[in-house]
Amino acid sequence: MEIIYLMIPMALILVGLIVWIFFWSVRSGQFDDLEGPAHEVLMDDDDTRNKKTEARTEKTDS
Amino acid sequence: MCCKGCEAVAQAIVDNGLDEFYRHRTENAPTGQELVPEFLRQARAYDHPQVQKTFVHVESDSVREASLILEGITCAACVWLNERHISALPGVLEVNVNYATHRARVKWDNTRIQLSQILEAVHNIGYVAHPYDPSHQERLIENERRALLKRLGVAAVLGMQVMILAVSMYAGDYYGMEVEFRSFFSWISLGITLPILLYSAAPFYRAAWRDLTHWQTGMDVPVSLGISIAFAGSAWATWHQSGHVYYDSVAMFVFFLLTARYFELVARKRAAEAGQALVHATPAVAIRMTVDGSKVQEETVTVAELVTGDRVMVPPGDTVPADGEVIEGRSSVDESLLTGESDPVGKQPGDTVVGGSINFESPLIVQISRTGEDTVLASILRLLDRAQTEKPAVSRLADRTAAWFVLGVLILAGMTAIYWLQHDPERWLPVLVSVLVVTCPCALSLATPTALTAATGGLTRLGLLVTRGHALETLARTNRFIFDKTGTLTLGKLRVLETHSLAQTDDASLLTIAATLESRSEHPIARAICTAVATPPARIDNVTSTPGSGVSGEIDGDNWWIGNAAFVQQQSGTAIDPETIASLHAGGRTVVWLANRAGVQAAFVLGDELRPGAASLVQYLYSTGKAVTLLTGDHELAAQAAASHLGITDARWNQTPDSKLAYVRAAQQRGDIVAMVGDGVNDAPVLAGAHLSIAMGSGAHIAAANADVLLLSQQLPHLVTATQVAKKTMRIIRQNLAWAVMYNLVALPLAAMGYVAPWMAAVGMSASSLLVVTNALRLTRQKKTGNT
Repeated sequence: MEIIYLMIPMALILVGLIVWIFFWSVRSGQFDDLEGPAHEVLMDDDDTRNKKTEARTEKTDS
Repeated sequence: MCCKGCEAVAQAIVDNGLDEFYRHRTENAPTGQELVPEFLRQARAYDHPQVQKTFVHVESDSVREASLILEGITCAACVWLNERHISALPGVLEVNVNYATHRARVKWDNTRIQLSQILEAVHNIGYVAHPYDPSHQERLIENERRALLKRLGVAAVLGMQVMILAVSMYAGDYYGMEVEFRSFFSWISLGITLPILLYSAAPFYRAAWRDLTHWQTGMDVPVSLGISIAFAGSAWATWHQSGHVYYDSVAMFVFFLLTARYFELVARKRAAEAGQALVHATPAVAIRMTVDGSKVQEETVTVAELVTGDRVMVPPGDTVPADGEVIEGRSSVDESLLTGESDPVGKQPGDTVVGGSINFESPLIVQISRTGEDTVLASILRLLDRAQTEKPAVSRLADRTAAWFVLGVLILAGMTAIYWLQHDPERWLPVLVSVLVVTCPCALSLATPTALTAATGGLTRLGLLVTRGHALETLARTNRFIFDKTGTLTLGKLRVLETHSLAQTDDASLLTIAATLESRSEHPIARAICTAVATPPARIDNVTSTPGSGVSGEIDGDNWWIGNAAFVQQQSGTAIDPETIASLHAGGRTVVWLANRAGVQAAFVLGDELRPGAASLVQYLYSTGKAVTLLTGDHELAAQAAASHLGITDARWNQTPDSKLAYVRAAQQRGDIVAMVGDGVNDAPVLAGAHLSIAMGSGAHIAAANADVLLLSQQLPHLVTATQVAKKTMRIIRQNLAWAVMYNLVALPLAAMGYVAPWMAAVGMSASSLLVVTNALRLTRQKKTGNT
């Protein structure tokens, strides 16, 4: 059972790593819009200009 | 020396023989100027009239009003504290804080207090106030959301570790566990819980501390107390290697509470969104046209730079930057944001346009007449803001109860702890923690404003502006609706209702002749006849008009007359059958006669048309058991005609504003809750006398109309929606309050008797607040489906 003395610290290091990654992802705005990216995959054209106007009309619609 | 204080200090230093200090110091001490915190120096800038122009509304010479955002509001107690603190300042006339939007509306006397002093006072009690600026507020909410998400993430990930260890320890209780491992697990749990306590739970402590330093008890006080006691008790048990540890409860409680807060934040944001749409209506930049000698120059300027008299160019697809008058170009604009009406409105030179409307077809050149806080859009926003910051009676009661409730809980918790210490010292800690944690005063204070903000915001999108906090509550209780006729149930504009051909010519060509005769006249009757005809007027010569009687002219070589009966008979030399005259004039209608040399050719009956939807509104009101009364200054025939068309059984005519008011008073004395619906301009005293005043509002009248509800869309059926929404809002508020009372009545005794483990208390309390907020949010969801 002494292995626990190694495993728990290792788990803690892992948790620290996860928290760090989570902070980074919040900071980089990955949690800002949880709905948009799901729809993005359905949009065919990759022309950024078109996307902008689309986003605009969507806004005024709602 | 900058002040007496410094002089005294310097004197003291020299007197004590410490003047060596001045010889050896390497740099000057910061002066008073530098010690003024950056914040305050910024606040001073807000006193400048030029800076105030963008966010302060000047009501009269010295009375000003501004919208501020408050940072650091976490519960109803904060709202209460801010309101009390600011209103205690001399010179502050009125202050209202909206919990849902975190906005404060402050009215002050500029000769007695400066805005910076108000900001400073807020700063002194631990909050930060900024002038309201939509983009700034959005950034604040966004930052708050990110910070909360991080705290939530930490609580979740670390909480899971604590749970894993806790489960092993629970298992150890049954199957046996070496003391060495138990102790190790406890210490590790303590280490993991510490960041949850110090980082994730920090906002609770901060809020609780602020409450306590001001002798307040907010809902953060029992929360902080609960987790601190649970943690301290566990740490003591860990150190002494005896007794139970509750790290898992602490972690779980913080996690649940943060989750509830996170959803609440998102909900608050969503509830405030409808009003936000208006804020974003005005663009940031405009194209200003300046005449430089003979050529016209276009330059892009920010909207804030525009002043009255500037000419701006509005290309199709762009938003009109401020109120003004069209001086060049023809187009149609979409004013739906302000009126809820989605059909574009035609505009030509001379017409007024309001800032925030969208130009559709072709470029318009607009001369700006009002900017900044004076625009129609700004006054709508101000009214909406006022409605959302004013609290209805039910909400005020809840706020007051919440503060006492928390105090009661603290006392009860103390008594419970004493009782258990005497009877079962083993269990006093978990029971105390449960009592502190299980109570949920949030439903009392938090759900009401959320529901109200969501409801008023949704109605605004329909073109129905609620301007008073009590309006929805009163509307739900109203049992008598009193309508004014002209301009309210009717359009208030003359229209050709009937065409009677007295010769063998068809109606359409007679109307065309009439319109041709009247085409040069600006008289309301002439306008009504002209708008009834689609074809453009024919050629006409020798037009002469006799004011008050009629017009004559020559069309295709034939002489025609149009006007009242006497004029037409005299000019054409023919008599009209008196019976025809009498029958057409029946019901007090306006009749215009058309004649040529051959005799009288036609009669046009003009009248005020009923507003579309008026009948269905009246029908709806009757079907829901409300009393409906028609009060009009018009004569009997006109009043009865309108009443019978609409199905109103109770009509009163020849009313003066005074007698209308007397009628409203009498109805109120009989115990009726009276809503008066009027056009807002002529009915001001009656509107003011009713419990609830509803006015038709459009354009520039908005600021002047002193009504509780403004029907910007001028669509009567929207009142049906409004009554339904009002009822639903009140129902949801009642449900929430009932839930809050019931939950606390059941949960508190159970917890005090020791039937609720700390972790159950954590789940119960968080679930209860979530339930209440989600219930309030139903208001936004329903509205959207009903709207489209």
